[in-house]
Amino acid sequence: MKCDKCGKPASVIVTEIQAGKKVERHFCEACAAQNEGFPVKSHTPINELLTNFVLAHSGAQKEGASACENCGITWSDFRTQGLLGCEQDYTFFEKELTPLLQRAHEGATHHVGKTPARRGSSAGPARRMPDLAKLRKELTRAVEAEDYERAAKLRDSIRQAEAGE
Amino acid sequence: MSDGPVNMKLSDLTNQAGEWLRGSGPMSEIVISSRIRLARNVSGFPFLSRCSAHQRQALETRIRDTILSCRLASRTLYVDLEAAPEIDRLLLVERHLISKPHAMASGARGVAIDEQETASVMVNEEDHLRIQVLRSGLQLEEAWEQINPIDDLLESKLDFAFHPRFGYLTACPTNVGTGIRVSVMLHLPALKIVGEIEKVFRAAKDMRLAVRGLYGEGTEATGDFYQISNQATLGKSEEDIISEFKHNVIPKIIDYEHHARKALAKDKPVLLDDKVCRALGTLRTARLMTSEDALSLLSHLRMGVHMGRVRDVDINKVNDLFLNTQPAHLQKMQGKRLDGDARNAARADYIRHRLGGDAKGE
Repeated sequence: MKCDKCGKPASVIVTEIQAGKKVERHFCEACAAQNEGFPVKSHTPINELLTNFVLAHSGAQKEGASACENCGITWSDFRTQGLLGCEQDYTFFEKELTPLLQRAHEGATHHVGKTPARRGSSAGPARRMPDLAKLRKELTRAVEAEDYERAAKLRDSIRQAEAGE
Repeated sequence: MSDGPVNMKLSDLTNQAGEWLRGSGPMSEIVISSRIRLARNVSGFPFLSRCSAHQRQALETRIRDTILSCRLASRTLYVDLEAAPEIDRLLLVERHLISKPHAMASGARGVAIDEQETASVMVNEEDHLRIQVLRSGLQLEEAWEQINPIDDLLESKLDFAFHPRFGYLTACPTNVGTGIRVSVMLHLPALKIVGEIEKVFRAAKDMRLAVRGLYGEGTEATGDFYQISNQATLGKSEEDIISEFKHNVIPKIIDYEHHARKALAKDKPVLLDDKVCRALGTLRTARLMTSEDALSLLSHLRMGVHMGRVRDVDINKVNDLFLNTQPAHLQKMQGKRLDGDARNAARADYIRHRLGGDAKGE
């Protein structure tokens, strides 16, 4: 079989349905890439194909490639080394970090406990944080007791408290 | 005396018992020590893996100056670990004042140690600061009461990286939140002898705790020493983590070990005495002794003394032997580098001498 464009041996077959009729076209790799936008590389190993497919569909490839503006590490750098590069990575990679934190910390995603005194006045966050922890505990209890009306109120209070942080 | 903190020398440490094996404190027949450490980073600097040599040096200088000006203790020893000889760094590992990776790393780093050896601050370890309090026996609440003000004091001078949702930010996300690691070192020889040590692993697993060896992460449980520590640091307050350890985890394991000791004494007294006497006999007569041998023999002897099976050996002497027969301590005491058999011979000599065994060369 020869390429429809240049006459070289064809290795790409394009099947299209045009006006209800099946049309088959033949291209060599170069013409296929040039005219049809197919990748030139024809012998992609199956594992690479699968990896690319999974990454493309999970959106991870894009995330793995973007680097923190402050320290320059990417998500894949972190996955290789196991260490983050700077404090801002927690905000920059928040979406990717959340499931990982849940696995490492028995499902938790929010800090409960000591807060630096300088974060606000003495009546500020240091005191507010335990309140937030209390609210979350109450929320869990309300859900367990299937008291959804109360749970909704607690959820709103938590959101409000978090927004104020 | 000057106004500022008086700097100590490393040799001042080797003249004292060392907190972690002082052998005092509640439940000390089973609980060797209680440790709490807090991981903290200075805001505005990258975490250490992304620090330039210049930033690393600037951090080390700033943290060291802060620690020394804070008067964490009336006398503070600061060791510049980049400049310190390997033997000194290993000595600090053996006294549980720094981690092995901190001893073996490179670049600007150090450790501040208080006079009593209960508090230390590692500078530029995995995080910019690793504050630690170590106390003999089961003293977790006391350790928290000691470490919390130290953290407050440092925090008043240094801006720690903190996020409202994630808490204290650490280089490894497994430490984020409170940044707290609570560890209790336990001596569990009877559970090992009766073949029930698996109970400890199961209990720890159920409570999602880690079990490690004598020197922490990645080390084996030699000498029947097991270190139990929390893994989750996010979503639980410091007090809750400590209280769980004090009221649920540790009493359960202490109970297992007590039970195993009682069962041995009641059902297999000959086996028990054989283990203990064999250990004492070997320790009093051996001419070559490896670290591993010393640890496992001393472990049986320690149990024997605590259970009243050996009357003529003082427990402080046993604890002293655990500490001073470690490689760096032994070499420091001898004042020279010793390799292989020379070290094993020196260790055997020291033990025989301390336990009133055969004189050298007989």
